[in-house]
Amino acid sequence: MAIEVRIPTILRTHTGGSKTVQGSGDTLAALVDDLDAKHPGLKNRLVTEEGKLHRFVNVYVNDEDVRFTGALDTQVKDGDSVTILPAVAGG
Amino acid sequence: MGGAGSPRLGCVLRIDRATYDAIVAHAREDHPDEACGVVAGPEGSDRPERFIPMLNAARSPTFYEFDSADLLRLYREMDDRDEEPVVVYHSHTATEAYPSRTDIGLAAEPNAHYVLVSTRHHGEQTGLAGDEVEFRSFRIVDGVVTEEDVEVVESYLFGHSPTTVVYD
Repeated sequence: MAIEVRIPTILRTHTGGSKTVQGSGDTLAALVDDLDAKHPGLKNRLVTEEGKLHRFVNVYVNDEDVRFTGALDTQVKDGDSVTILPAVAGG
Repeated sequence: MGGAGSPRLGCVLRIDRATYDAIVAHAREDHPDEACGVVAGPEGSDRPERFIPMLNAARSPTFYEFDSADLLRLYREMDDRDEEPVVVYHSHTATEAYPSRTDIGLAAEPNAHYVLVSTRHHGEQTGLAGDEVEFRSFRIVDGVVTEEDVEVVESYLFGHSPTTVVYD
């Protein structure tokens, strides 16, 4: 078992075109580190230099927006499903 | 499905009259706030077929953002139907129908046609008889904006087998 992560079109350049990748970790932060080790550059697209999630990247764990569950500290476990979606937003 | 380096599907947005009208009507309705939504179509088809107006969670005359729960539902649904956002549209209510710096910075669908509608001169805004809504389409890839022609066709149903068309 692992954590399944759905990758949006714009980030698939980091995953060789894959829509879905697998990762592991106890928290979202650890999962992101694990993903970045396998798919270099991914972390930069999700996390700011200050170590926070980018404002306009939405991450969901089992359909729950992580902004409401502790952001990068959100607990994850094998079998969870994580979805990354860039915000559709503008001015 | 494409992405950086792959050939463009074409430098024109072909859109049917009913969908075009629905986008303009949504922009008028929500004026002076920005309206937003997508038109989904079969992956790789470049055919905007399914009009999906979205709530502007920012409810602002200068900003738009899909609600995060709505966003997840929308993408899940498109995924289940093997669709992608062929058009991502929003309105500008006081400025021209051209992507703002924010629009360019946040554009995250390299395969989409970004449609900008401006209601700055629409009837209710000016109170004048002359009524005009600008409708323009762009590709936004890696921060580069390319305007494209908009070709309004009467119907996408014409010439297609009805079984391939998604009715809503």
